[in-house]
Amino acid sequence: MSIWSYILKRILQGIPIIIIVSFISFFLIRLSPVDPLAELRMNPSITKQTLEAEKIRLGLDKPVIVQYFIWGKNFIRGDMGTTVSGEKVSTKIKERAFNTLLLSFSVIFWTWIIGIPLGVIAALNYRSTFDRILTVLSSIGMAIPSFFFAILLLIFAQKSGLFPIGGLTCPNFSNFDPLHKVLDIAHHLFLPTLVLTTISLAGLSRQMRSNLLDVLDSDYVKFARAKGLAPSKVIIKHALRNAINPLVTLLGFEFAALLSGAALTEYVFQYPGLGRLILEAVMKSDINLVMASLMIGSFMLIAGNILSDILLKLTDPRVRL
Amino acid sequence: MRNFFKQFFKDKFATASLVVLLLLYISIFLANFIAVYPKNYSNRNLSYAPPSNIYFITPEGKLTRPYTYNYIRKFDKNSLRMYFIQDRSQKYYLKLFPKGFEYKFLGIFKTKRHLFGVEKGGDIFLFGCDINGRDNFSRLLYGGQVSLTIGFLALFISFPIGLIYGGIAGYFGGKTDMLMMRFAEAIMSIPSFYLLIILAAILPSGMTSSQRFLLITVILALIGWAGFSRVVRGMVLSIKTQDYVKAARSIGASRARIILKHILPQTSSYVIIAITLSIPGYILAESGLSFLGLGIQQPDASWGNMLKEAQEFTNIMYRPWLLTPGFLIFVAVLSFNLIGDTIRDILDPKSEIR
Repeated sequence: MSIWSYILKRILQGIPIIIIVSFISFFLIRLSPVDPLAELRMNPSITKQTLEAEKIRLGLDKPVIVQYFIWGKNFIRGDMGTTVSGEKVSTKIKERAFNTLLLSFSVIFWTWIIGIPLGVIAALNYRSTFDRILTVLSSIGMAIPSFFFAILLLIFAQKSGLFPIGGLTCPNFSNFDPLHKVLDIAHHLFLPTLVLTTISLAGLSRQMRSNLLDVLDSDYVKFARAKGLAPSKVIIKHALRNAINPLVTLLGFEFAALLSGAALTEYVFQYPGLGRLILEAVMKSDINLVMASLMIGSFMLIAGNILSDILLKLTDPRVRL
Repeated sequence: MRNFFKQFFKDKFATASLVVLLLLYISIFLANFIAVYPKNYSNRNLSYAPPSNIYFITPEGKLTRPYTYNYIRKFDKNSLRMYFIQDRSQKYYLKLFPKGFEYKFLGIFKTKRHLFGVEKGGDIFLFGCDINGRDNFSRLLYGGQVSLTIGFLALFISFPIGLIYGGIAGYFGGKTDMLMMRFAEAIMSIPSFYLLIILAAILPSGMTSSQRFLLITVILALIGWAGFSRVVRGMVLSIKTQDYVKAARSIGASRARIILKHILPQTSSYVIIAITLSIPGYILAESGLSFLGLGIQQPDASWGNMLKEAQEFTNIMYRPWLLTPGFLIFVAVLSFNLIGDTIRDILDPKSEIR
């Protein structure tokens, strides 16, 4: 099977899952006691007729199963309805999903850039002081609640004034030149990235360390050494590549954990991401928005898993298709 | 078994963590005895009172029994700010086992004795007060009762579901397996915290606090079982091909009996490891949910909803004692992680992170 048919197969496997997800989320929300018209009902200036019109517009007068198919058809066409405040859901989601992806990629990037070398150094200096300190630090990093760490960093940002608080851009962002714009976004991304990186860094560096230790113990590395290869060559050419491969599989999980973990961090830093959007939508019982962000979140998660599988296939030829 | 404990206590970190957790659980178990103030205590005049200072030396420089002063709230008309000063006219000595509010010790007999307190008329706030003038220390104890037990309770729901679901899917295989696993995968494909938020948000309002506690537990459990069941299913797939399972089938054992009696017990060491490593996740999920205001609701305390007050800037800048629940969450999660790591290293030496 070629790589292309593998990709096709993985995508086809994702489709039933997406359909089940849509089923779960749709019925969860529609059958819940949340009344999508509650806010309008409470408003005395809204007449009965407007209420009825709104009901028909949302399709609430039809049986639930019909509602599901109407919703599904519209969703495939890219029409996700409107929010409570009248904006188009799709435009709002697009912007927020992009911001969350930006944050996630920046976290994954930094986690790998820092975590892999840390794990390698720890494994090569097995049981040294550095190794011990790293083990302790990674235990601590894994245990800090993300929102608590975020709050502590907010105190720091407030006291030092070094970092902006909230949002992704400065108020006068549109007046900046391109270089300035990038710097401004990086400046705003720094603290949320720091929080999430610290938490996922612990797991990754640990995993890298134990993988490399396993590989260094294997016969082919011993053989390469016995052959008289320089130690640096053994590590870089033989050991490292094989130790990193399992981490590629973890990439999918990491992404899933990030999507979930980012929600609280986004909330504390007032970062305009998908996690905060869904939280705001839930608070306002904005059903269209909740449904859409749930679907897009799941979609991103499944896509992330497929991507990491494909990446693994590319880096590790031993994986069977 | 003895070997297990010997190996466990050889690990200094794990032993220390066990001691810390024991202390935490004993304190929440005896919360009413240790707490200075009852659950519903609040004094609006002491909103955001700082922690009481405890003195061992009199103003004249002599060593005495520990004592403290009461706080008086003052209002600065120029800066429009509230501040607290100590009322130095009256010392209040700390007392061991004084009489306080009445409660049922261990839920059995009524008593008024508490671990510590101050003389009548005095106030002692070890960790200050919150916005409603409630004693932070006492509320940490009551909140711990929720935050530290909810994970265990959720486990009792999610693990049996995961075990049986995975067991059935793995044992029957074929179409059943495919359908069941697609469903589990679909649940895993929804970012768990998103699902958690939505489930918590659709809870009807107007529930009693114990109903709410129960439903939050159920919700936490509903999120956790899917990933676990997938691993169990994988293990069952390989266990069911072993000879002893075939033997059981050939003597006519029922399917339910084979799954429950012969196959699932084989997964026990994985299950123990997975349980200890998943408790911190539940603690974090509950506190995160309550932090957002979707979990345990006021006036009930949980470490997450106590930390909610730390969302305000002025609070984190000027009232750092409001951050204490965060430290406790951190300590509890860290201890569970360290214990879980050690148990895994002992029970499953292959996966040892050396």
